[in-house]
Amino acid sequence: MAEVPVNTARRRFLTGSAVAVGAVGAGFATVPFLSSFEPSARAEAAGAPVDVAVGKLAAGQMVTVAWRGQPIYVVHRTPKMIETLPSLDQQLADPNSKVASQQPKFADNFYRARKQEFLVLIGVCTHLGCAPTYRPEVAPKDLGPEWMGGFFCPCHGSKFDLAGRVYKGVPAPTNLYVPEYIFASDDLIRIGVAEKQA
Amino acid sequence: MIQKLGKWVDDRLPVSHFWNAHLAKYYVPKNFNFWYYFGSILLAVFAIQIVTGIWLAMNYKPSAAEAFNSVEYIMRDVNWGWLIRYMHSTGASFFFIAVYLHMFRALMYGSYKKPRELIWIFGVLILVALMAEAFMGYLLPWGQMSFWGAQVIISLFGSIPFIGPDLALWIRGDYVVSDVTLNRFFALHVIALPLVLLFLIGGHIMALHEVGSNNPDGVEIKKNKDEHGKPLDGIPFHPYYTVKDLFGLGVFLFLFATVIFYWPDGGGKFLEAPNFIPADPLKTPEHIAPVWYFAPHYAILRAIPDKFLGVMAMGSAIMILFFLPWIDRSPTKSIRYRSLAFKIILFAFVTAFIGLGYLGTQPVTYWTTLFSQIFAFIYFGFFVALFLVSRFEHAKPVPERLT
Amino acid sequence: MMKVLVIFLLNLLGVGVVLASDGGGIPLKHVSVNLADRAALYRGAQTFVAQCATCHTAEYMRYGRVASDLHLSKAQAESLMPPHLKLGDEMVSFMPADYAKTVFGTVPPDLTLIARVRGADWLYTYLTSFYADPTKRWGVNNAVFPGVNMPDVFAAMQGVQEPVYNTVKLPDGSSEERLVGLKAPVIPGNMPPAEFDSLVRDLVAYMVYMGEPAKMQRMSYGPYVLGFILLFTVLMFLLKTDYWRDIKKPVKSD
Repeated sequence: MAEVPVNTARRRFLTGSAVAVGAVGAGFATVPFLSSFEPSARAEAAGAPVDVAVGKLAAGQMVTVAWRGQPIYVVHRTPKMIETLPSLDQQLADPNSKVASQQPKFADNFYRARKQEFLVLIGVCTHLGCAPTYRPEVAPKDLGPEWMGGFFCPCHGSKFDLAGRVYKGVPAPTNLYVPEYIFASDDLIRIGVAEKQA
Repeated sequence: MIQKLGKWVDDRLPVSHFWNAHLAKYYVPKNFNFWYYFGSILLAVFAIQIVTGIWLAMNYKPSAAEAFNSVEYIMRDVNWGWLIRYMHSTGASFFFIAVYLHMFRALMYGSYKKPRELIWIFGVLILVALMAEAFMGYLLPWGQMSFWGAQVIISLFGSIPFIGPDLALWIRGDYVVSDVTLNRFFALHVIALPLVLLFLIGGHIMALHEVGSNNPDGVEIKKNKDEHGKPLDGIPFHPYYTVKDLFGLGVFLFLFATVIFYWPDGGGKFLEAPNFIPADPLKTPEHIAPVWYFAPHYAILRAIPDKFLGVMAMGSAIMILFFLPWIDRSPTKSIRYRSLAFKIILFAFVTAFIGLGYLGTQPVTYWTTLFSQIFAFIYFGFFVALFLVSRFEHAKPVPERLT
Repeated sequence: MMKVLVIFLLNLLGVGVVLASDGGGIPLKHVSVNLADRAALYRGAQTFVAQCATCHTAEYMRYGRVASDLHLSKAQAESLMPPHLKLGDEMVSFMPADYAKTVFGTVPPDLTLIARVRGADWLYTYLTSFYADPTKRWGVNNAVFPGVNMPDVFAAMQGVQEPVYNTVKLPDGSSEERLVGLKAPVIPGNMPPAEFDSLVRDLVAYMVYMGEPAKMQRMSYGPYVLGFILLFTVLMFLLKTDYWRDIKKPVKSD
């Protein structure tokens, strides 16, 4: 039937533009569907900063709070605990917190905190996500005479010291995470806020 | 390389066979008009409903305690949830708009007649499944209209003699519409009925592609073939109708998006105001109106003063459609060549259907009941009149070829 | 019958017409809501928190959403919220539900979606149509919501309006007093009427916004989406006419 010559250039141009516009449109159309997988306003509200009052936290004690659904450990370290920290360097994988992803800038020191006496950690083992237990006692039966206090992960036996630094030769590859936090006042820690936002 | 891969696949999967049989070498009458856009539009709406439905199911909670809240959660807290929800709710209404227009096309051009009876029967089955799908979906937001609409419709089943009350109880799974009902409607709405619809749509299209499309002239293009066996008045679906249907789809999407972005409640017809109040089993809204696409059938129900007969009339209004290919005895398909009598009764039928649709959403008064009865009489009268008119009809001669 | 027919035809034309019901007071007053006027919405939000949220909740609306949609500064947002709440929190009522139940006999309804249920005109008329009725529990009644179990929270600002009754003869010979309008308060309120009117308008605008915050988004995305679809449709139209030139030329008859 097509005996009249077809303007193929025009047809090709129109086909090309229609396909291009259609493809861009389809691309835009996927945005709402992909973006709806992001945390919702409810999840973000639940992830809002959490305050922890540490004024009444006795030395040597730990308190656990939930932030973004994760356990946050806050430990009031005794002076003795702090003293032992530098002596463990040889047994640790990353004693000086060189792996930058594991803590905010302010915590890449040996005690991994803003103030030496208060340790704030995300209680999620860097191996496979279990919650390590707080074992402050020195040389308990099950952990052996070398144990100077720290965190022990019951799932696969990873060990961390009282600054959340990982021991050598355990499954966990890195130190425990330190979240962003600030001291809203001397005895109020606000977790989930970086200094600039405060 | 790509060609080789293509051939490798094609040797193992009938890709090119499918492409040729249904698109590139599927011959279609060349004289389709406006009314022939709705088939492809319906496919697109079905796809939109499936995709948005999956995404809604990710955040919706099918329990009486949480359903209403989870819909508001989607509308407010989920990123773009409002858009996905409005696409789905608007899609439901557009589905019915397109289905009713698609069916009207079949009535005008006699597309249900031999040899297309099965296509029509598949089509009516799709309508029934779609109604069930829409009805169950409407319960899910768990607002006042959802609840009381479901309560009323399920009670209809209770009017069936002997088994009625037990049947209604069995459908609800409780003494009133409750959490149990909501949960099972959810399961049926999101998986069972969509699967049924998918199979029926497949059957509808397979039957269509077996016998070929009718057209506004009602002439069989397969009667006139050239030496290669191609219909003289046929053109391949691809590219001619793919580009045409894509253009139609563009127009459709423009209207669809206009409603979604500027008029998502459809003036209270697509999303009814009382449905923004959570379901309360102890308090009926002052005025219960069905969603607009059920209104014609609801008006027929209310027109009959007897409960059981009303339900029967409503059911028959749909069931009678199955018999249309045999009620219409005229060999002439298209309205273009049929008698004035046919045109008049078809016009009366459509007017009655629209009139019933309006009356079904209005509160009951003396006048609305009277008009509902008149329109219901015309609705059923159409089939009787068609049976008689088509027997004695003096149709104009139908041309051999498409005009 | 003609009335039904005329209304039916008007409805077909897309004109929303509702049969006026016999019961109930005064016609609704129209209010136009402009969601782009964020300053008005902010004033409305302040009124809502100060006047409505004492007893009512808006449990689906987060303060943070209000703050970001209305482009509020941190100070503005914080002044809106009670100090113990956070930005992510919903607008809960200051009154515990049990206490509300003892005061009102029922928990006051949640107001998040009330504008979608009732409409802006109804809210505007309702909020300005309280009138003195000593037979009622709170000493007031409402012209569009007769018997409503709610005190007039604007009584101090607006003053308490007086009802105007009309005596209607019933078919059985008896007569009945029917409310036909409201007249200005005997003791004026502490706010000039125009100022009070704009306070209520802002409040209604806020409640319309709160009923559907997504409306702001859809209004802003709408033109781009429609423009893009239009571009696609025009291209498809050109492509379609180009292909169909093959078909449209006269076919040789055999």
